[in-house]
Amino acid sequence: MKLSALQNNRRSNSFRGVSPLDSSVDGSIKSPAAIFWLVLHGLCCLISLVLGFRFSRLVFLLLFSSTTTTPPTNLFSTANSFTETLSLHTSSPPNLNLTPLISQNGVVTSSGVVVGRHGILIRPWPHPNPSEVMKAHRIIERVQEEQRIQFGIKNPRTIIVVTPTYVRTFQTLHLTGVMHSLMLVPYDLVWIVVEAGGKTSETASILAKSGLRSIIHIGFNQRMPSSWGERRTTENQMRLRALRVVREQKLDGILMFADDSNMHSMELFDEIQKVNYIGALSVGILVHSGKSDELSSVIVIQKKDEVVGEENPSMPIQGPACNSSGQLIGWHTFNSLPYERKSAIYIDDRAPVLPSKLEWSGFVLNARLLWKDAEDRPEWVKDLDAVDRNSEGFESPLSLLKDTSVVEPLGSCGRKVMLWWLRVEARADSKFPSGWIIDPPLEMTVPAKRTPWPDAPPELPPDVKVVNVEEHAEKRPTRTRSSRSKHRSKRKREARVAADVSAKHSVEN
Amino acid sequence: MLYIWINIGSAGDVLEDDPVGRLKVFVYELPSKYNKKILQKDPRCLTHMFAAEIFMHRFLLSSPVRTLNPEEADWFYTPVYTTCDLTPNGLPLPFKSPRMMRSAIQLISSNWPYWNRTEGADHFFVVPHDFGACFHYQEEKAIERGILPLLQRATLVQTFGQRNHVCLKEGSITIPPYAPPQKMQAHLIPPDTPRSIFVYFRGLFYDVGNDPEGGYYARGARASVWENFKDNPLFDISTEHPTTYYEDMQRAVFCLCPLGWAPWSPRLVEGVIFGCIPVIIADDIVLPFADAIPWEEIGVFVAEKDVPKLDTILTSIPPEVILRKQRLLANPSMKQAMLFPQPAQPGDAFHQILNGLARKLPHDKSIYLKPGQKVLNWTAGPGGDLKPW
Repeated sequence: MKLSALQNNRRSNSFRGVSPLDSSVDGSIKSPAAIFWLVLHGLCCLISLVLGFRFSRLVFLLLFSSTTTTPPTNLFSTANSFTETLSLHTSSPPNLNLTPLISQNGVVTSSGVVVGRHGILIRPWPHPNPSEVMKAHRIIERVQEEQRIQFGIKNPRTIIVVTPTYVRTFQTLHLTGVMHSLMLVPYDLVWIVVEAGGKTSETASILAKSGLRSIIHIGFNQRMPSSWGERRTTENQMRLRALRVVREQKLDGILMFADDSNMHSMELFDEIQKVNYIGALSVGILVHSGKSDELSSVIVIQKKDEVVGEENPSMPIQGPACNSSGQLIGWHTFNSLPYERKSAIYIDDRAPVLPSKLEWSGFVLNARLLWKDAEDRPEWVKDLDAVDRNSEGFESPLSLLKDTSVVEPLGSCGRKVMLWWLRVEARADSKFPSGWIIDPPLEMTVPAKRTPWPDAPPELPPDVKVVNVEEHAEKRPTRTRSSRSKHRSKRKREARVAADVSAKHSVEN
Repeated sequence: MLYIWINIGSAGDVLEDDPVGRLKVFVYELPSKYNKKILQKDPRCLTHMFAAEIFMHRFLLSSPVRTLNPEEADWFYTPVYTTCDLTPNGLPLPFKSPRMMRSAIQLISSNWPYWNRTEGADHFFVVPHDFGACFHYQEEKAIERGILPLLQRATLVQTFGQRNHVCLKEGSITIPPYAPPQKMQAHLIPPDTPRSIFVYFRGLFYDVGNDPEGGYYARGARASVWENFKDNPLFDISTEHPTTYYEDMQRAVFCLCPLGWAPWSPRLVEGVIFGCIPVIIADDIVLPFADAIPWEEIGVFVAEKDVPKLDTILTSIPPEVILRKQRLLANPSMKQAMLFPQPAQPGDAFHQILNGLARKLPHDKSIYLKPGQKVLNWTAGPGGDLKPW
């Protein structure tokens, strides 16, 4: 590129006169000869116009170059090949084959590469071969794997993920999200799923789709309560139950807490490999009001003994706070004061759902800290049984520590947010088809008031039309297109999703 | 008594040979109109891809291989900056270079006896222009002129290299074009950034100014790459000038290095520095330091006629071979050999040039001419060259 840019300005008028003919043309030419050349040149120009390439150069070079050795047999084939476009465009006009070199031994070696005009080789089928594309992707994968081996984490440890869940409308939505994140993790994984209300086949069928090798599905005997405060307690107890499993089975690795409605970035799993005993991450808190507008905003930084408040129109973050040398000095927690009266208490309140002061998901533990009688357990860790006498659960993993200053801040000291906390649930009485399979198929369809299809019949009467069962394939009222208004179906199985997700859609209408 | 000297190199790797002690170079003191004044007129010469001639001069002036006693010198260096007459756009004009070189040689032959002793056979010159000592940017004209007759016996250190070509004489040392080391260092990204681009190229495919229909520029190879692969998702090729050019190369597995108007290109250097496997599309090209660097094992060579099958060729390379090439590219001595750092560092391109010169020693006795014997024809060449500079 650069080289050609180099040549740009200098080749303005010297380019056409490259053939050896020109050196003999300018000089002593008498006028009849000049006229003759002019006429011939004009003729060749006309022919070129018709044929589409520089015919004159061809003829001149053929007639007048004395050292050419390339056979002119392909002259006629070039004339023909220009009319067909299907075949390979290999026009090989006579090239200026130059005087052969004489090397030092006196042996004549001619250049294999000729100077002059070459054809632009284009293959007839331009599209890539799909099997080659697959091979290329495999090559890229192998290269990236090698890069990970060389520059990535050495000796990666197993990640133990603890997720409390229960069956409800949004379970599939949330759990699938977490599941897909976990399926992408390049390290060994053990997923402990604790289900409130006992093990169900709904959850089991979702988990079975993951293809993850070790999933421990535990049932928890209580049902999930409907108020957020009590839910928090139940979730803590469920997590504790999972910790007991780790303790009993002596699972080794890095323990992390993935609530099913949270969002995780892939870099999170690389970052937690760095933890020694207990680490803390920054969690982005997505708290949204019941209306579909602004997100909440206050961050309170709590240093050891001071309380400093700041108003920031940005997302609140919970996590470790460090001083300039990277040591942990305190915590950013969630300030719930602005939400005093406005927070949701029951799951279907149209109000912000608030996190607790420090969420579990922001902590990462070395699983050995939970084992009974581990020899290399440091003294600042309390034994699990000692802390949890009544199986009531505890607020955060910090309760396991005698001294919270040993927590290691991860994610460049909390500056990188790799996980987001959110709580969105459907109404308590919302129903959904089990397994999200509509069976037997819906019998009724209702025409949309505003349909995008151009050939749809004009405004139909608003009463319900009964359509044949076979046509259920195309008409699924559960698909909410933004152009369709909400329709009411008489079927009980229709999920009336009252959460803000659909509210947003109706706003867009 | 016969003493057998065993040269214990470092693990037998030729790249790491130390030339110090193996040769002595005498640097002629030319008037500053041949070097310093030219540079003062246009300091852009220090950053363009032909800057090797200037940096070689500076390196030799302060190198331990330099000797002030010409009697003990093995090689003689003439510091004349022939590639520093730049257009407003920054492109070097070679029209005065033959006269400049001739004038320099006339000076050294009249002021010192060493030129006439061998008629230049133990002298070396750095000619980094497009076609080396043929001093023209257009290939046909360059071939017509041939290598400057006065340099017929000297060793040429040049970037141009193509087998069986007039402008590459036997015994020349091919060097990489100059690429600014600090600028490249400044754009390094973490090595664990996954390489996700399969093939990468940025540059012209058609030189619309000089060759609008295509077919002359790059012998049609670049145009062929464009026409065949512009819609192929594996090929990230375009004519843009992105600011993230260096970073993108570090995220690519293969980097195309097709010929342009001349077969060599700084892309080769950039590919080696950034660990991107160079795909060299230039028939019969002679790559830099070919006797020290195993280019066949590092890069992929594709014949110009095979360009339509480029995707087949590249995807059919087994992954182990690709990983091996990347490992070889990651070798720091390879990267060092392609660079001209200031100040010079061991193993860099300056040292490779000296190694190359050292490998040609000792000089054959036949280069020393008898007094009065003349081999070179001082009046050969086009008439314009004979005018004084």
